[in-house]
Amino acid sequence: MSEKTVTTEQAASTEHETGGISIGHVGLYATLIGLVGFYLLPIESGLVTSIKTPTALQETFPFLPPLSASGVTVEKWQVAFEYLAPGMVNSVLFTIPSTILCAILGSMAAYGLTLVNWRGQIAVLALFIAGIFVPYQAVIVPLFQFWSQYMQLSARLSFLWGLPLLERHHATILELIITHTAYGVPIVTLLFRSQYKTMSGEMIEAARLDGASVWRVYRRIVLPLSIPMFAVVFIFQFTQIWNEFLFSLTIIGSVNNPAASATLILSGLGQSLEGTDYPLRMAGAFITALPTLLVYVLFADKFAEGVQT
Amino acid sequence: MKRFLALLRSVRRKRDEGDEHRVRTDGGTAEERSTLRRWLDSDIVQSSPFWLPPFLLMGFFVYAAIGWNLLLSLTEYSGFGDPDYSNLGLHNYRAMLDDPGMWAATRNTFVLLIGFTVVCLIVGLLLALLLDREIRFSRSFRTIYLLPFALSFIVTAQFWRWMYNVNNGIVNQFIGLFGLGPYNWLGSPRLVLGAVIFALVWQFSGYTMIIYLAALRSIPNDQYEAARVDGANTLRMYWRVIIPQLRPATVSASVVLVLFALKAFDFLYATFDGYRPRRGADILATKMVRESFGRSEWAYGSSIAIMLFVVSLAVIAPYLYNQYKRGNL
Repeated sequence: MSEKTVTTEQAASTEHETGGISIGHVGLYATLIGLVGFYLLPIESGLVTSIKTPTALQETFPFLPPLSASGVTVEKWQVAFEYLAPGMVNSVLFTIPSTILCAILGSMAAYGLTLVNWRGQIAVLALFIAGIFVPYQAVIVPLFQFWSQYMQLSARLSFLWGLPLLERHHATILELIITHTAYGVPIVTLLFRSQYKTMSGEMIEAARLDGASVWRVYRRIVLPLSIPMFAVVFIFQFTQIWNEFLFSLTIIGSVNNPAASATLILSGLGQSLEGTDYPLRMAGAFITALPTLLVYVLFADKFAEGVQT
Repeated sequence: MKRFLALLRSVRRKRDEGDEHRVRTDGGTAEERSTLRRWLDSDIVQSSPFWLPPFLLMGFFVYAAIGWNLLLSLTEYSGFGDPDYSNLGLHNYRAMLDDPGMWAATRNTFVLLIGFTVVCLIVGLLLALLLDREIRFSRSFRTIYLLPFALSFIVTAQFWRWMYNVNNGIVNQFIGLFGLGPYNWLGSPRLVLGAVIFALVWQFSGYTMIIYLAALRSIPNDQYEAARVDGANTLRMYWRVIIPQLRPATVSASVVLVLFALKAFDFLYATFDGYRPRRGADILATKMVRESFGRSEWAYGSSIAIMLFVVSLAVIAPYLYNQYKRGNL
């Protein structure tokens, strides 16, 4: 026993030099692959469950696929898609505009608070950063009151609802766009700031001394240099806003509202007095997660970059 | 560089044109003009079009909303008509002290916050240490461990309800191999919080891993070498040399983890089909929504929201102060 431990330790400390296969290596890869199992199992189990017929669900272990082709059905996916399709459209309608608005406003704020120096800047910046950490519960009652009692966008904008493509429930979508933008701005500002702080001050200083206006420096120097950060922010904010739930619950209120978001519909899917329809829920979970999973798989590195900063 | 110089030249040209233009149109005495000019040219005014609009938008929806919430928490508003702001008092906060559910929710909130954050940090650090070396497919491993982070609470809650299922959930089947269980993970007041923390660690440990990996990579290689030359073994080297340097990463990761833990409401909502979680899983966030939207005790709900805000402020204020002192802000 003790002999074995020594070997492992030696192997671990010499692996850089030898590079060969050792017990330490085998142990390491076994651990890593075991962890892959741990992180994928709940997702895999959900996926196989979503395509099982009721009999297959009874017969097989939750993590095993249906034993034969007769146990496979896509019915739950069809049903889930029917329920979720309007929600997916609504989620796209508020996620994309607020993501873009967040990125633009956040980059502007970060520039105004980082690359242009003035007194009192830190205080304003602290308010921005502290804004990231406000729990949504602390504002949902006022938000609910503000939108439902004081603004009443749907009535105020009634002249719009006769136009093609516009519907009354788009007022709620607009409320969500504004709310998500306001809450995304702090974190996006911090993301851009982390980049702007490392930007060469000399170049900007030189341009400023030569009389370039604040606006000009932003458009000609800062903006072109922050395009990679824009990509990170788009990916990060898209995921965050798409996955958000509490604002949907507060502002939309009910699953039956035509403005209901995908997450809101999923939270009430397949729920009845007889119990939960797990296969339906799993299918719904995958459909709802599809856009963010796609972003994750396609832009894995950018995603990780966004998480890091 | 060449392009930049050309840019500078064009900037200078434009500025000169601008100056001529200004001289022609400016009115008023020379003294007035210079004061106004100086003010208009000051950096705070010049940069305000950039930060002021986002600031106002955020300020209104975040800070004004919190102020409004504070005001509401001093009223007796119960959802009918407009709140009566003329008779403000601390009665909601007094009622909190007599509310046994409030104590349970506060306790559970702290257990969740601390348990989740600590376990996530440890698991994330271990993952990062495993991956911080020459490994084949290390990017694929990283991508898979971070994958749950891309999913929403509502989606992961569906997966974990299924994992924790009493009858044929994988968790019970797994511990059954060792002759344990089955347990009603989500139904038992003693187990539910642990089960929720476990699922959340599954979702967020990949995030902690990424933070630690970035920090590990920024440690210069010769520090590992120096430790090794001194004859320290691997474990000691990590404990004495590497881990102490991960402090800033630990601080920033914990702050974000606390933030996620405060949002655990979404997870509980989806796990229990509403804001009435099983006994043992009620946290301030679920209680707040239940009092406000469920029972129309809007004022009382607002006072719980203020409690929650104070909890997050207690976490964030030292962090912000620390960042400010280190000049990171």
